[in-house]
Amino acid sequence: MKAPKALAVPYVVWVLIFTVIPLGLVVGFAMTDPDGNLTLENIFAMSDYMAVLFRSILFAIIATIICLIIAFPAAYIISRASAINQSTLVVLLMVPMWINFLLRTYAWMTLLEQNGLINKLLGLVGLGPYNLINNSGAVILGMVYNYLPFMILPLYSVMVKIDHSIIEAAQDLGSNKARLVRKVLLPLSMPGISTGVIAVFVPSVSTFIISRMLGGGTNDLIGDIIEMQFSGNSYNPHLGSAMALVLMIIVIFMMSLFNQFGSEEDVPL
Amino acid sequence: MKRFLSIIIIAALALSLAGCGSSAADEKRVPTEEILESFGLDPELFSDYDYGMFYGQEITLNVANWGEYMSINDDEMTDVNKLFEALTGVEVNYKTYASNETMYSKLLSGGATYDIVIPSDYMISKMIKENMLEKLDFDNIPNIKNIMPSFLNPQYDPTNEYSVPYLWGMVCIIYNTTMVDEEIDSWASLWDEKYAGNILMFNNPRDAFGIAQAYLGYSLNTEDKGELDRCSSLLRDQKEIVQGYVMDEIFDKMEGGSAAIAPYYVGDAVTMCEDNPDLEFVIPKEGTNWFVDAVCIPTTSNPENKEVAEMYINFLCEPEIALANCDYVGYSTPVAEAYELLDDDAKADERRYPSDEFLIENTEVFVNMSDEANAYMQELWTQLKVDNSNVWFVPVFLVCLIAATIFVNVRRARKKKRDSF
Repeated sequence: MKAPKALAVPYVVWVLIFTVIPLGLVVGFAMTDPDGNLTLENIFAMSDYMAVLFRSILFAIIATIICLIIAFPAAYIISRASAINQSTLVVLLMVPMWINFLLRTYAWMTLLEQNGLINKLLGLVGLGPYNLINNSGAVILGMVYNYLPFMILPLYSVMVKIDHSIIEAAQDLGSNKARLVRKVLLPLSMPGISTGVIAVFVPSVSTFIISRMLGGGTNDLIGDIIEMQFSGNSYNPHLGSAMALVLMIIVIFMMSLFNQFGSEEDVPL
Repeated sequence: MKRFLSIIIIAALALSLAGCGSSAADEKRVPTEEILESFGLDPELFSDYDYGMFYGQEITLNVANWGEYMSINDDEMTDVNKLFEALTGVEVNYKTYASNETMYSKLLSGGATYDIVIPSDYMISKMIKENMLEKLDFDNIPNIKNIMPSFLNPQYDPTNEYSVPYLWGMVCIIYNTTMVDEEIDSWASLWDEKYAGNILMFNNPRDAFGIAQAYLGYSLNTEDKGELDRCSSLLRDQKEIVQGYVMDEIFDKMEGGSAAIAPYYVGDAVTMCEDNPDLEFVIPKEGTNWFVDAVCIPTTSNPENKEVAEMYINFLCEPEIALANCDYVGYSTPVAEAYELLDDDAKADERRYPSDEFLIENTEVFVNMSDEANAYMQELWTQLKVDNSNVWFVPVFLVCLIAATIFVNVRRARKKKRDSF
């Protein structure tokens, strides 16, 4: 098998044009002032926004953990179903993703409003109205709802490959359920977990529309602040690029840390 | 192969000839009256401007405007751009933007060529200062005579060389009469604890500070840091009782009764009141912001299109066109003859068409602030929006990260040791 390297050319060109060059522009903007002089001021100015940056990371971590807790058993159940049921369940999982992301988030707005469907239903049984929207809980809910399939799908695709005889063997050898999960399922599905964590964490940490719609502007995240630098009144693409750069470095650092942790786990094979 | 080529050439020639033929036929343009009548308009009300002078020249005019800010794509109303295309033979390439700043950054980065843009007052003064706008040739815009005198030589364009007003309005308080049982007449209601959790506020610094400034009696264009600080602390107090900071989301929230009281633009308040009769709006007694969006030609536009662009501006000042836009958008029109065509209720509504004295005494137009003042306001606004987070976030988070790093590395070292046996 010679020459398959040539097949990578379209991808390399694509990455060059749409990833490497824009990234270079971000770095370039972040390091210059409006007159084009080199400066580190934008990076220093980031210190004012550290609190909101870390809040975004915290929200994203919480959303990722909740996704993992929900997705792990769900993916396991799907992967152990019969072949026909499996494809039905996967399609069911995908259906909401065919609907536009903004529309789905709008739907949550109408559900959670003080006069929304949930509060109206609760009102029928004499409860509420509760304050369900415009708080951090609603923002995290939005993240979990929108990104959950990105956790379930990689987990499922890994788990479906786990031979059932391995699980049976563990049970034969007297492992209880908790031990089965900890010693067999968890290590074997680690590649799926690390893909899923990245797929949920990265879009969550940089989202701006979810926090605006469900957080009511009272729970701004770093994505909102960056967006404001490009299309809001504060218009300062240099500061915005610096924010994006710092965010990217922190996320890369966290992900590499997580991957190291993950790669240790899947050794016992 | 040669034969194949010649066939292609002949076909291309034939096509181009056919193209010439059809455009020559188009040259005989349908008379203006007939076009206007087919759009249901009264030719009597139209000026005798020669809209056919560029007919058949296959010009494309690039127009950029706010979303939902022109009467197009509504079956029951005049489609302004289709009419312009029919009258002039010029194709209108219509694009929308969501904020002044998006439009500004697109022009600045050269990512888009627009022949017509419709920015707001303060953005116009900023763009004039930065030499981003062309001077207009008013010989090509005779309909400037239709503009009400109070809109000429505005603060944002004192010599009136760069812009022609398009639509305008004021900032009002909109409230739900089923949740508010008093007469609202002051910005103070937005700070009233009675409505805690039911107040919405602007989600942009200029408008939000504008309200605090009007409430405190400062100029809406103040650059005094002390005054801005006081506005900021007032907005901070309000944050405790605000339900959310919103822009377009306000339509759903007010119409659905999810909030009791909010500041917003009069034209949009009119739309909301039509959809939910429980709503009412009022201009607060302390005074308010008077905003004007005006049509301009950017310097980055296609120079060959300048006259067509001026023709388009002139067209927008035709009474019936201005009326269609004003009806569709709900904002007020600066075109005097279009105002005369409005129904009596709208004309008499002082919240939509206040007297000139009222505008002079009670309102102020935003102009561009200095970069320092603008940056300072941004800083205050960002602090207001984000600083409810705990001061412990950063240190605790860093400690966790360091702990995780150490943990991973120690594990790895121990494993290496184990493997080496």
